Amino acid sequence: MSPEHRTSSTTAEALAAACFFVAALAAVGLGVVYWRGGQTQLEGLLLAVATGGIGVGIVVWAKRFMPDEQVTEEREPLASTEEEIAAFRSSFEHGEQSVVGRRLLVASIGAALTALGGALLFPIRSLGPRPGRGLKQTAFAAARGRPGGVRLVRQDGSPLRPDDLAVDGVLTVFPEDHVRDADSPTLVIRTRADQELDLAEGRDEWVVDGIIAYSKLCTHVGCPVGLYQSGEGLLLCPCHQSTFNVLEGAKPVFGPAARALPQLPLGVDDDGYLIATDDFSAPVGPGFWDRGRS
Amino acid sequence: MTVAKKSPATRTATFKGARWLDERVGGAKFARKALTKVFPDHWSFMIGELALYSFVILLLTGVYLTFFFDPSSQLTTYEGSYEALRGVEMTEAYKSSLELSFDVRAGLLMRQIHHWAALLFLATMVVHLARVFFTGAFRKPREINWIIGVTLLTLAIFNGFAGYSLLDDQLSGTGLRIAYSIALSIPLVGTWITSLLFGGEFPGPDIIERLYVIHILLLPALIALLLGLHLFLVVRHKHTQFPGPGRREDNVVGEQVFPTYAAKAIGLFFLTVSVLCLLGGLVQINPIWVYGPFDPAEVSAASQPDWYMGWLDGALRIMPGWEIRAFGFEIPNPFFPAVLLAGATFGALYAWPFLEARVTGDHASHHLNDRPRQRPVRTSLGVATLAFYVVCFLGGAADVLSTTFGLSVNSVLWSFRLALFGLPPLAGWVAYRLCKELSARDGLPVAEKVHWREIPGRLRHGVATPTQDASRTDQPDESDESDVGASTGGRE
Repeated sequence: MSPEHRTSSTTAEALAAACFFVAALAAVGLGVVYWRGGQTQLEGLLLAVATGGIGVGIVVWAKRFMPDEQVTEEREPLASTEEEIAAFRSSFEHGEQSVVGRRLLVASIGAALTALGGALLFPIRSLGPRPGRGLKQTAFAAARGRPGGVRLVRQDGSPLRPDDLAVDGVLTVFPEDHVRDADSPTLVIRTRADQELDLAEGRDEWVVDGIIAYSKLCTHVGCPVGLYQSGEGLLLCPCHQSTFNVLEGAKPVFGPAARALPQLPLGVDDDGYLIATDDFSAPVGPGFWDRGRS
Repeated sequence: MTVAKKSPATRTATFKGARWLDERVGGAKFARKALTKVFPDHWSFMIGELALYSFVILLLTGVYLTFFFDPSSQLTTYEGSYEALRGVEMTEAYKSSLELSFDVRAGLLMRQIHHWAALLFLATMVVHLARVFFTGAFRKPREINWIIGVTLLTLAIFNGFAGYSLLDDQLSGTGLRIAYSIALSIPLVGTWITSLLFGGEFPGPDIIERLYVIHILLLPALIALLLGLHLFLVVRHKHTQFPGPGRREDNVVGEQVFPTYAAKAIGLFFLTVSVLCLLGGLVQINPIWVYGPFDPAEVSAASQPDWYMGWLDGALRIMPGWEIRAFGFEIPNPFFPAVLLAGATFGALYAWPFLEARVTGDHASHHLNDRPRQRPVRTSLGVATLAFYVVCFLGGAADVLSTTFGLSVNSVLWSFRLALFGLPPLAGWVAYRLCKELSARDGLPVAEKVHWREIPGRLRHGVATPTQDASRTDQPDESDESDVGASTGGRE
């Protein structure tokens, strides 16, 4: 060993040892920090130093003091030899007679296992209810045929009058007593007098004092359509940028949504509060294969 | 070099212990084989190792988190130490996540290390997959391990999503709502799948409890099992190697497990832990207290998922507003970008080794890796595919890009729609030209050039015939190999 080599080797050894010592110190420090009440950044830092010190130390150790010679190992073929396969075959065929040979037993155990497998699938059915009307209606459906309809309420449960909504104002409302229903958030928007509504036939009656109501759930994947550009009367979904034209029945004008936001028929009850007179014009939220079937 | 001499007493004790064990289970022969097993050395072979270490860290931190997290959708009112949310109604799941972050000592550190480790787990898996793809390490006899690897990737994506959806904050609730809608869009079975998984209509009464079991038991157990199988097959096959002096199809040249390779691997494990601790301690991730508890009526702008879901989110945004409707039935819009594209992506990944073997007619075993430039067609297809998903991924940030640069969202999304079809062919073409130039500059073995011409028809370029590889195995041509070796291997 040359003197220079010995020096550098001593240095490397000292370096690795120093790494381990620093790691030990950091670990002790971590204990102290934790004991004194903990501090996330310091804990992370000390843990990083402790594990990093050990890591660097080991790598230096491996690179400087462990053999780095290249060893050659032969690859044996993976496939079995013909003799091995033949031996397997004869052993298998020896036992096969008593297994496969019994036709009736094979058929009947097959039937039993299949039936059992099928029966074991049934408990899966307990995981959830049959998908039914729930996807196609909301709590507003109670308004159908009821003279007072269903009141629209704010998240805190308070009803609102048309005048509570300023021009260009937007408010998220719910069916009374159902503010937690995930399928019921509804946007009421007060359009300006100079904005002309271009709605489908019969839907002009669903508007009260320029206030129009749509489901807040995007028809794409059900995000709440939260951004209103009052100038153009556009609603924008922040999730995937679907854009709906409020003035034209909330039909989609850009983005992935392919259907209009369902409209809610509005009215005013005897006490002057905003009500829904029926459920939404279509099932709310994202599409599903039989959405259009009644 | 000084070698520390063990005292005879220690030696005798160790020996006695080993003898005791060997008399009961045997295995000295097996253990010696394990010690002297050879692993070829190349920096790119470490990437899969990093994924393995990330998984170990996920298990360790994850177990710690389960002691404090309460997977319950029961409603409660927060009265804890985080001022801004006091008096707010929330689920026990969200509340216990807040307490874990603010009141459990080292809780936030563990949570953040766990999250960073998940991001690294997925990132290293994807890079590892790319390495295996571009070097042709998926070819016979490793097709099964490729399939296991792709399965691991899908399971890890699902588990990552399940994990961050547990916390029931505004952001993850939005993600869950989108996942619900995607599953709902599947023709015929969508309504049933969502009802059975969520226990009813969104958000369903049971989803957090169920996701918890899926996240901490079902998927991790599957991942651990397949990971074990994956590693077993790596050992069984013996690792691939790059061509170089003395390296042939029928041998493997590298370091023995004991001591050098094992020490380096353990060192790398500690370094991985170190980096994750640094990130977990100093770089904030998923600050759920900023998002607030989930409310289905609210959403914040700039809702982006974790990075590995970004391509799906981007595909959802880039898709124009088309869907198919007939006779009252429909195939809703999200089905195409989210179900069909994802299915096609993983379907293509699963099929690739068999597809390539079929097209090239190369059914021989390969243990020597390709350099990407040697296979221009495969490489350019891979680069084009990556470009496609990068465009999707960036499309997931369309709203952030438009607000950052003051552009209209519509024009940003239109640019992405165009880029999705324009960029991949361009990237593929550039990759193809680069492969050709680089391999020409390397002066690759003439044998390959001859064989290119011998393959008629499609995919003529850059695909070796089985005969060529067989000849290499049978009669290693020294001059040929040193030629390749000069530009590739042997550096380590």
